[in-house]
Amino acid sequence: MSILVNKNTRVVVQGITGKEGSFHASQCKAYGTKMVAGVTPGKAGQEVEGIPVFNTVADAVKKTDCDTSLIFVPPPFCADAILEAADAGVKLIICITEGIPVNDMVKVKRALHGRDVRLIGPNCPGVITVDEAKIGIMPGFIHKRGVVGVVSRSGTLTYEAVHQLSTLGLGETTCVGIGGDPVNGTGFVDVLPLFGKDPETQAVVMIGEIGGDAEEKAAEYIKQHVKKPVISFIAGITAPPGRRMGHAGAIISGGKGTATEKMKALESAGVRVVKNPAEIGHAVMKALGR
Amino acid sequence: MNVHEFQAKQLFAQFGVPVPRGKEITSPEGATAWANELNTPVFVVKAQIHAGGRGKAGGVKITKDRGAIAGLAKELIGKTLITHQTGPKGRTVHRLLLEEGANIAKELYLSILVDRDTGWPTFIASTEGGMEIEEVAEKTPEKIIKEAIDPAVGFQGHNGRNVAFALGLQSMEPAVINPFVQMLGNLYRLFMEKHAALVEINPLIITKEKTLVALDGKVSFDDNGIFKHEDVQKMRDLNEEDPLEIEATANNLNYVKLDGNIGCMVNGAGLAMATMDVIKLAGSEPANFLDVGGGATKDTVAAGFRILLKDPNVKGIFINIFGGIVRCERIAHGVIEAAKEVKITVPLVVRLQGTNADEGRKLLAESGLKLEVANDLWEAAQKIVKLTGKAA
Repeated sequence: MSILVNKNTRVVVQGITGKEGSFHASQCKAYGTKMVAGVTPGKAGQEVEGIPVFNTVADAVKKTDCDTSLIFVPPPFCADAILEAADAGVKLIICITEGIPVNDMVKVKRALHGRDVRLIGPNCPGVITVDEAKIGIMPGFIHKRGVVGVVSRSGTLTYEAVHQLSTLGLGETTCVGIGGDPVNGTGFVDVLPLFGKDPETQAVVMIGEIGGDAEEKAAEYIKQHVKKPVISFIAGITAPPGRRMGHAGAIISGGKGTATEKMKALESAGVRVVKNPAEIGHAVMKALGR
Repeated sequence: MNVHEFQAKQLFAQFGVPVPRGKEITSPEGATAWANELNTPVFVVKAQIHAGGRGKAGGVKITKDRGAIAGLAKELIGKTLITHQTGPKGRTVHRLLLEEGANIAKELYLSILVDRDTGWPTFIASTEGGMEIEEVAEKTPEKIIKEAIDPAVGFQGHNGRNVAFALGLQSMEPAVINPFVQMLGNLYRLFMEKHAALVEINPLIITKEKTLVALDGKVSFDDNGIFKHEDVQKMRDLNEEDPLEIEATANNLNYVKLDGNIGCMVNGAGLAMATMDVIKLAGSEPANFLDVGGGATKDTVAAGFRILLKDPNVKGIFINIFGGIVRCERIAHGVIEAAKEVKITVPLVVRLQGTNADEGRKLLAESGLKLEVANDLWEAAQKIVKLTGKAA
């Protein structure tokens, strides 16, 4: 078992003829993911790495039965691309693109509300179910099939955690990057119940950072609903207020969204919060009594 | 990106939000010329810097004497203002806003931003105008009024009325209710159309003449939306930015200057923050946040080195790269080439992990460069802290 994606997931890549899109489509395919279609308007009939290209997502759905979209479309056109995927009936949309204007995302989030579709991202590394499907830009080889679910707002910091889990022999079930933007499709509170229900996932690593209150919301949820051990690291305890730390969403504003506040909320919900990012793997070992 | 008050007020005027008659001034002569055009009993001269707290720092002057204005302008231009938002170094004043004064009957607070929890644009209003809104929220949360706007349909009259009546405008001054509702609609348009991140009016005043005026204004823009707006791009004032941050942006690097003495260079924003945190845990302080991005090359690493070394506080450099799609041996080549180009005068610790990390570490070890190689994050942090000494 796993969450969100598995070996049967059929993926369409929006923006497949671009540099990023074609490179990562081939990487995902090499990992074993069912990459069944690509979309670039005006380029139907071409192939990228043996993947057929269509003009519209609707065409791709009709011809290939794809159910998940992976988006590399540049920021100015990305909101449109997400909505196109949703309108075409794709059920899971994973958006890698960084730099989408917040007010565009405000409209997208509203438009997707109440519909049978899940958006992951934007500005995220994607989702991987180890040894089944890699739908994103993460390096596949650092993962090892195991027992830990990972959910994170960051990219390379997630790889760091995954590397520790794999090296210690714990391994991962599914790793979900929810992205570093202030308005995104899926939050910690959406992913935690999925891990909670997944019989293979024995523990959850949750990687947060400064800005917003997604971690505080997660703490509330964990306190009431999560029985499995949750181990957390929050990046940015040294970040100054009012400064954006790379990610559009990583900013302490009006004194809110500090790492200390988030750690406190999580600790009071029974989460094992590690202060040292090099200790994430060991903390999971301890939590699982290994 | 932040803009000056006079620029915010230009935008307000453009969107039909009433502001005092005023103009940007850069010289005493210009001040006199504009003062002669203003027909007002009271003049206000305001220093334009990207920081709050200007009044307390002596950056705002009020006078009834037209003849005194040139002198006030002369005093303020070139002056360094230190406020609670500028840091101890303060900010030099290069421009002023000279505008007509107003008869204040009542001060209110009004702003709009995206509530990250709901993902909806949300107005925040309060009767406590002129105060720091964070302070109001902390001490008297019941005085904070919030009204979320459904982005599917945009601003509606009832949104404005909800805020107007919650503020008690009816008992304060019923004549301003309709203009207030209209003003909120205009601010919503400004916020959405210009891709603003924050529009704030503090104070928004009701005058003795029963009109509304935005007496102060702050607008900041979503950096990801600026590409759509040439007029907004032109409002950027490089005087207000750190020179090293400007250089970083020009090189597509994400850099934030901090006060510590260990410079760090990392791929990825989350890992870059975690690296800062781990430096602190090891007993020192980071000199900066620097994300070289997913595709770190020789050129980006070289640019990173140059920026880090220009900061006189930097006593050591910590490079932390988790190779994913980017292979570590290429990063190692980048570091070696860049180190040849840029003379590294401080201790350097390079931690490589991920794709082809062994190969990368071997290249570095054999390069003859004076550096320490590490493979574990904690080990690397301890090494660089040991080499540079603990924070003062």
